[in-house]
Amino acid sequence: MSNEHKVLLTIPMYPDMELAAAKTGSVLAELKDFNEEAVEEIQLAIIETCINASEHSQSEDKEVHIQFLVTDDRLEVKITDRGVGITADTLDGTRLLGRPTVHPDLRKRGRGLQIIRALMDEVVIESSPNGTTVSFTKKKTPP
Amino acid sequence: MQELKEVSDLLDKLDIQIREAKEHAVIETTGYLNDALGEQLAERAQALIQNGCTQLVINLEKTTLINSIGISILIEIIEALTEREGTLNFCGLSATQERTFRMMAIAKYAGIFPDEESAIANL
Repeated sequence: MSNEHKVLLTIPMYPDMELAAAKTGSVLAELKDFNEEAVEEIQLAIIETCINASEHSQSEDKEVHIQFLVTDDRLEVKITDRGVGITADTLDGTRLLGRPTVHPDLRKRGRGLQIIRALMDEVVIESSPNGTTVSFTKKKTPP
Repeated sequence: MQELKEVSDLLDKLDIQIREAKEHAVIETTGYLNDALGEQLAERAQALIQNGCTQLVINLEKTTLINSIGISILIEIIEALTEREGTLNFCGLSATQERTFRMMAIAKYAGIFPDEESAIANL
């Protein structure tokens, strides 16, 4: 049996479809014995990326394309939309802060990218007026 | 097929249970805490707060996934309680959920406890 598995998945931008992508990621991570915490982190990163694509991409085809590549020691996920791209101020979160709050450090929006960056080992965001690809990698920690 | 059933179950099993006591209330959520369950949660929490119950525990033990929209709704509940000088404690969080809550500064304004008993005791 090969040590590398590649899975391609396309989901429509319908509510809760991010769960199908998250489940696929968790099955692949469990296949390679990632620990429970890592599996949950992978699910959350996939969910947040898919939600960002659905909410912000303005993609005409309303599809999110996901590529999973799992090896013995890492899971790489590449999530692509064919939307209008994202701007630098969106990437640093300043455009997504939302309305002022009672507690200003409790930001109402823009948390998705913060979560992904905190939970994954490597995150790369490539964006152009033709779409956005968010790639992230979770490395398996030794038991 | 088993995986698809698990996804379907996660969406089917959305539920909110409220246990009210004299001085506090416990809200227990079941399922994926997204906008749908979050809106129900916000509605139930706001109703309790409007009725003068400002000591709340949210038990997330049966909530396996919380997305950023769900987190936004939890923050709205924290803010509503802050305005009324109330207290909110969470319990039943997974390690990843707790880490996310700390990263989002939620832990600065709400307590995080391992179980319902300690969350109630620390209101």
